[in-house]
Amino acid sequence: MESLYVKKKRPSDAILSGLIYFSGILTTALLAGIIIYIAVNGIGSIDPTFLTTIKSVAKGTFGILGYMVNTLYIIVITLLIATPVGIGAAVYLTEYAKRGRLVSFIEFATETLSGIPSIIFGLFGMAFFGQTCHMGFSVLCGSLTLTLMILPIIIRTTQESLKTVPESYRLGALGMGAEKWRIIRTIVIPSSLQGIVTAVILAVGRIVGESAALLFTAGSSYLLPKSAAGIFPHIMESGGTLTIGLYLEMSEGNKANAFGIALVLIVLVLAINALTKLVTGRIAKKQGKQN
Amino acid sequence: MSVVFFVCGGGAIAAVLAITVYMIACGFPALTKIGVLDMLFGTVWAPTAAEPKFGILYIILTSIVGTMLAIVIGVPIAVLTAVFLSETAPKPMTRIVKPAVELLAGIPSVVYGLLGILIVKPVIYHIEAAIYAGDATHQMTGGANLISAVLVLAIMILPTVVNVSETSLRAVPQHLRNSSYALGATRVGTVFKVTLPAARSGIISAVVLGVGRAIGEAMAITMVAGNSVNLPLPFNSVRFLTTGIVSEMSYSSGLHREALFTIGLVLFAFIMVINIVLNTTLKKAGEE
Repeated sequence: MESLYVKKKRPSDAILSGLIYFSGILTTALLAGIIIYIAVNGIGSIDPTFLTTIKSVAKGTFGILGYMVNTLYIIVITLLIATPVGIGAAVYLTEYAKRGRLVSFIEFATETLSGIPSIIFGLFGMAFFGQTCHMGFSVLCGSLTLTLMILPIIIRTTQESLKTVPESYRLGALGMGAEKWRIIRTIVIPSSLQGIVTAVILAVGRIVGESAALLFTAGSSYLLPKSAAGIFPHIMESGGTLTIGLYLEMSEGNKANAFGIALVLIVLVLAINALTKLVTGRIAKKQGKQN
Repeated sequence: MSVVFFVCGGGAIAAVLAITVYMIACGFPALTKIGVLDMLFGTVWAPTAAEPKFGILYIILTSIVGTMLAIVIGVPIAVLTAVFLSETAPKPMTRIVKPAVELLAGIPSVVYGLLGILIVKPVIYHIEAAIYAGDATHQMTGGANLISAVLVLAIMILPTVVNVSETSLRAVPQHLRNSSYALGATRVGTVFKVTLPAARSGIISAVVLGVGRAIGEAMAITMVAGNSVNLPLPFNSVRFLTTGIVSEMSYSSGLHREALFTIGLVLFAFIMVINIVLNTTLKKAGEE
């Protein structure tokens, strides 16, 4: 007769528990493997020429400066358009709108927009901004396409942070006779500023990693603006980002260049992730103090 | 001011409507010109031939089969990782695994494509060469085939499924677990008989989101799928809806380009169905 006090061990439990640990460790090992593999293979390509020049067929050298500048262009222009619109939408949803059909419709639209794959954004951008609006392959065309893509990220993240602003702040300001717009401008938005910053950083991360939506909209040119006067006209020129550069080098079989760009991208992703952590960490600390 | 904010809020609706209208307007003409049945159920894709053929049945099947296989491989690993994070992992390990999952989500898809070419493809090629050695009927793909693409997709959907599953597991009330322990169930038994069933609808949403990610992924699998239009068998070189668009858009024109937009429309239809399913399952999860 087995004693009641001896714990019965089931072999199935051990196997399942082993599988759970295996999965957790596998996921981590995948990331570690990816980062190490790219670092080892990419570090050899990184040198001053690689980082500070553009591809030159005459000299036979390769550099990614053009791709980096284009990435920066697209980040700045996309954020300039998407941030105000996204914040505006979030303010409307949390501060103005009454719960009802319209709000659930807007939320459904935001949800849908975030589920649409980037290749569809690419097709739409090419057909609408590129052909109907005659922008062709240009930095602006790419930026407008990405604006639609990152809008959901900005709306949702901002909305979350607007919701955390205590109702008492609004009521206090209302009691002192401030009107709605003034309350939003001076109380609500400043109190949720760090949430908005998080939204912007998340959006930057998405833009840096994007490729399918840009291939047919922003094009693949690696050239720099021709002169100081060409800084603004460059918006209407074709401009490939780092990811597009990586795709092209990969299709041409230049592995070393592709790995170099991959390493730069991974470093950017790590930096953006660390920055997000830093900002959200500060928010958590602040909220901890308030409670 | 409220008008300005209202307009911003309407922006999302306008975007979805504009995309829907454009996808239909650009994708529908080819469908009527080629014939709905000839296109959707035709098996020959030869857009540049003297007598062009635009059958996309194999392309559609590849996307469906490829996505399903990626889900079959990726979801168990992802759900168990979520269980690991929310139920069984010691604190210090959570601190390593959680950021790792977040970073996996941030890695650009072209980087996954690069790794697919240089790591997955050669490995699969060795397996292919071993299986089909001396088989004259098999067209060697050099490792660029359905399996390679599925493996890359399975890794790419991990972060999405892990995150959503973990959130829903954490939302399971502690008293359910405690009751199970009080009845003498083990920790692992509780996970599989109590916690996971309680988080069911959240995990279903996670899987549906994963399906959306996998079916819409383009750049990563363009390089490893082989890109010939074939039946989706494991060692066949195949073409997905997304990769078909990426690989041919740059040199297409006329009816060929319109047909590519039709492929886009088919993909868009899939995505809309997934979105609607997601919306209803999420609502259900919220009600529970």
